[in-house]
Amino acid sequence: MYAQMVKTDANSVKTLDEMDADERAFQQRIDAGIKIEPKEWMPEGYRKTLIRQISQHAHSEIVGQLPEANWISRAPTLERKAILLAKVQDEAGHGLYLYCAAETLGVSRDELLEQLHSGKAKYSSIFNYPTLNWADVGMIGWLVDGAAIMNQVPLQRCSFGPYSRAMIRICKEESFHQRQGYDALVKMCRQGTPEQLEMAQDSINRWWWPALMMFGPSDADSVHSAQSMAWKIKINSNDELRQKFVDQTVPQAEYLGLKIPDPDLKWNEEKGGYDFGEIDWTEFYEVIKGNGPCNKERLAARVKAWDDGAWYREGLLAHARKKNAAKAAA
Amino acid sequence: MNEWPLWEVFIRGQHGLSHRHVGSLHAPDAEKAIMAARDVYTRRNEGVSIWVVETRHIAASAPGDKGPLFDPSNSKAYRHPTFFDIPEEVGAM
Repeated sequence: MYAQMVKTDANSVKTLDEMDADERAFQQRIDAGIKIEPKEWMPEGYRKTLIRQISQHAHSEIVGQLPEANWISRAPTLERKAILLAKVQDEAGHGLYLYCAAETLGVSRDELLEQLHSGKAKYSSIFNYPTLNWADVGMIGWLVDGAAIMNQVPLQRCSFGPYSRAMIRICKEESFHQRQGYDALVKMCRQGTPEQLEMAQDSINRWWWPALMMFGPSDADSVHSAQSMAWKIKINSNDELRQKFVDQTVPQAEYLGLKIPDPDLKWNEEKGGYDFGEIDWTEFYEVIKGNGPCNKERLAARVKAWDDGAWYREGLLAHARKKNAAKAAA
Repeated sequence: MNEWPLWEVFIRGQHGLSHRHVGSLHAPDAEKAIMAARDVYTRRNEGVSIWVVETRHIAASAPGDKGPLFDPSNSKAYRHPTFFDIPEEVGAM
């Protein structure tokens, strides 16, 4: 999940009776499956929560370019390099669609970037892990984008029009991301050398648990999640999506001949899904707090890119203003 | 204010359709907006033509006007061809 633990400012979810007339009309529209558009009345909590969620999602797309970009100049073939470039470019595009969706709620993109750069806004914990070998690029496509798709497909039906439309566009492109990753791993694991298979095993050993953490801690008792679900900006619980992801992914790992690094993983006939081991949530909270392996490096790279690009942004704006002034004078 | 202005992007798809709103982006001027729109919105052959217009130039109806603007047409069913029964003997019309 690209947006983790989004707060809603809610202490409890109001019933229809407890709402005032505007809130009730709003909730009834959502319950009826009618999309909310930017200029329409909405509760302040809905607006704020969406800005948090969509911007966190956008930041994840943008920061998510960094671990993979590490391998663009090191890709094993020209074809893999072209594919990886296209994928990383897509991530930039996804970030842009989402920033634009957030902007319809009355916040500027510069404000959102400022929140990212100052550390006030979060992005997904997963992008604070390093990409140490080529198999990591395949692993990110297969596992990380796979987990993201789990979350993004239902969000296509979310209640806020611009977010829903951005999700539809993103999901169309995301399938390419997952498949190119799996394809790279098929090459290494089934058609490659024993050393390549070993490299892929090392990679899944490092990425499996962080990928499961992407869905966030169990939110069965969370007021924020209950409120977000009532507003239909969250469709499934974290545990539900995580279970679906595990069930889908285990057979794909078996095909590759990779061992999932979880001794407690086993098929549970009764529930028709896999049981799996306890996730180390201490590690998750440390990464969220800024103490993951690459938090400082990632943020520093973003800030540097923004600062280094200042002359370009200002130069083009000055040029545009000069041209406009000349046109007005003519 | 040094943020690049916001532009709305409209793309004509492959099939001789009209331009359709696809999203927005920031750009310093119209020329750069078209270049960026090409990169952001047509990476997979989605279009053959791009329009961009600065967001602040778009005038829009207010959500509150929905009733007065659109409700009157609800009661004018005779504007649809299916309102009229054509005798079977006449054939297709």
